[in-house]
Amino acid sequence: MSPAVDVKTLVIDGIDVSARADQTVLEVARENNIFIPTLCHLDGLSDVGACRLCLVEVKNSPKLFPACVLKVEEGMEVTTKSDRLLHYRQTILELLFAERNHVCSVCVTNNHCELQATAQSQGLTHVRLPYRSPRLGVDASNERFVADQNRCILCTRCVRVCDEIEGAHVWDVMGRGIDSMVITDLMQPWGESSCTRCGKCVNVCPTGALFDKTKVGSDHPKYPDFVPYLNMMREGR
Amino acid sequence: MAQTITIDPVTRLEGHGRITLKTNDQGEVSEAYFSVTQVRGFEKFCEGRPYYEMPALMARICGICPVSHLIASAKACEAIMSVEVPPTAAKLRRALNLAQTIQSHALSFFYLASPDLLLGMDADPAERNIFGVAKAHPELGRAGVGLRRFGQHMIELLGRKRIHPGWVVPGGVTQPLEQAKREEILALLPEAYANIKMALTAYKRIAGRFQDEIDSFANFPGPFMGMVSESGGLAFTDAGLRMIDAEGLVLVDNLEAAGFDDCIGEAVEPYSYMKFPYLKSLGYPRGAYRVGPLARLNIASHAGSPLADIEMNEFKKLANGPVLGSFHYHHARLIEILHGIEAIEQLFSDNSILDKHVRARAGVNRQEGAGIAEAPRGTLMHHYKVNDNGQITWANLVIATGQNNNAMNKGVLQTAQRFVKGDKLSAGMLNRVEAVIRTFDPCLSCSTHAYGEMPLAIELLAPDGTRLDLVQRP
Repeated sequence: MSPAVDVKTLVIDGIDVSARADQTVLEVARENNIFIPTLCHLDGLSDVGACRLCLVEVKNSPKLFPACVLKVEEGMEVTTKSDRLLHYRQTILELLFAERNHVCSVCVTNNHCELQATAQSQGLTHVRLPYRSPRLGVDASNERFVADQNRCILCTRCVRVCDEIEGAHVWDVMGRGIDSMVITDLMQPWGESSCTRCGKCVNVCPTGALFDKTKVGSDHPKYPDFVPYLNMMREGR
Repeated sequence: MAQTITIDPVTRLEGHGRITLKTNDQGEVSEAYFSVTQVRGFEKFCEGRPYYEMPALMARICGICPVSHLIASAKACEAIMSVEVPPTAAKLRRALNLAQTIQSHALSFFYLASPDLLLGMDADPAERNIFGVAKAHPELGRAGVGLRRFGQHMIELLGRKRIHPGWVVPGGVTQPLEQAKREEILALLPEAYANIKMALTAYKRIAGRFQDEIDSFANFPGPFMGMVSESGGLAFTDAGLRMIDAEGLVLVDNLEAAGFDDCIGEAVEPYSYMKFPYLKSLGYPRGAYRVGPLARLNIASHAGSPLADIEMNEFKKLANGPVLGSFHYHHARLIEILHGIEAIEQLFSDNSILDKHVRARAGVNRQEGAGIAEAPRGTLMHHYKVNDNGQITWANLVIATGQNNNAMNKGVLQTAQRFVKGDKLSAGMLNRVEAVIRTFDPCLSCSTHAYGEMPLAIELLAPDGTRLDLVQRP
């Protein structure tokens, strides 16, 4: 006899839903076709709650919670859409755009970019903050790929996929706060690092920060959906 | 009393410019300066970017002639890659460049210049625009719009976008031509032929009215440079450059992009952000030369297409040797439109245009590369240096309008001396000073890689530098 599944019932946007006790609000919402925007979350990778775009409201709490790491609870009442949440999400996106140099028109992932698509889905029409326009480096030392820090949003998907799926842990984060950077090995050029050249980081990168060399202008769709299937195969399911 | 006249902004141009005229104590114009007042810094901010991003980045210099920048940039990248573009890709890029030349020339002639030509230099400024032309000469207004639409639509069919098509990449183009698009383009040709024939007939009918302007609009002896095919015909994309002097003698021949820097220098003047290129062997300013439609027609012995050959024969009869009057740029532009349409027909009638092999691939095989193409306004050169990883470490662009800088300055002085008299400025006088600039169809945003709209003013200064009069566009 299989062990009894611990089932919780909760309400998301007024809809009664049920979930396993180990599920997150984000997972349950998506199972029930309730859209919550995300950037750092990717199915098949661990969650870190870095981007805060999936913030939701929970009844009787003044705090906002990131849905990707919020476990379901019995009787929970969750709101995923409100003016307050939209304001926060738009502000987060504005901060992302202002922080580094995101120039869609000349980016390899123009029309294939999750940051761009999320900004559109959240109705972001302009950025009210002054752009920081930092001078950031481009690492083109790898024979197959390029890392452009200008377009990085520090979602750390590359770090997680390299560690959790490829098992190489070439990528990591250096520095703190506004000075944070994803780096290869201990800040060695990518081309001289222990990188296996598998390309998983490039495919899961939501923007044009990591891209195939020689891809140009809107010519770079990405296919991050492979991760859950890879996990299933490895688990022998 | 001596004074200085400033025309700021100069209108119906691409970019920002200012004209300053200085008069002497007798009230005659003694000095004239055409200044370009903004700078954009494309050569600087591209440093660090991977070289294959350059065509898309550099094309943003201009929304009118992005195709020429794309092609010159892609060719510079191909020199870095040391690859030869597949023949069909080269043909497709040639067709794209011709389409852009047609639409840009149509913009220059019909939208920017024809108000002066068809309505008169002294016509009411409120009417002296494309809407006034459309009202007074509706068939010509329609022809202009039609030719521009033809060029733009063809660019869109080939490159998926009218402006800044991402189709041209280092190594060729991203996608081959489909049969349906080829047929659609061929079907557009009859209307384009009818429009340009009508425009040529109309221009030749009215050109005689402008003898004063023909004589004084930058009409002076000096060298010309342009691309020319091996057989001496017109070429815009894949050929070497030739420079001739005012008598038609060849000064430089078969100049390739790689040798451009050895041959051409760039002088700087304190009053303008636009540089002054010159032929090094003649020195500056003697080696300053003209480029663009007039230069190309002066250099080529024939067009290389039947109808344009007839027109070009007639054009060459305007002078015994190279045609020196810059007013004739207008005429040359129309002949190039006709040739462009014929050349597109020739290219698209050949089945090889549908070949699927359209892109060569390679990495960095040289650390330096240059590329040239003929933009509508004249010769365009992109020159890059890269590091081992293919990242740009240095870039230099020599733009068509810059190469006409000296001629435009001379033209402004010549025209002002002819038309600006006394201390009372009339709109017609000032319009002629602007119109001489318009004959070159300058793109100031390209020339300084500058940003913004193109207002221009005329300023009248006393010998001590005090401003006496200013005519400014709202």
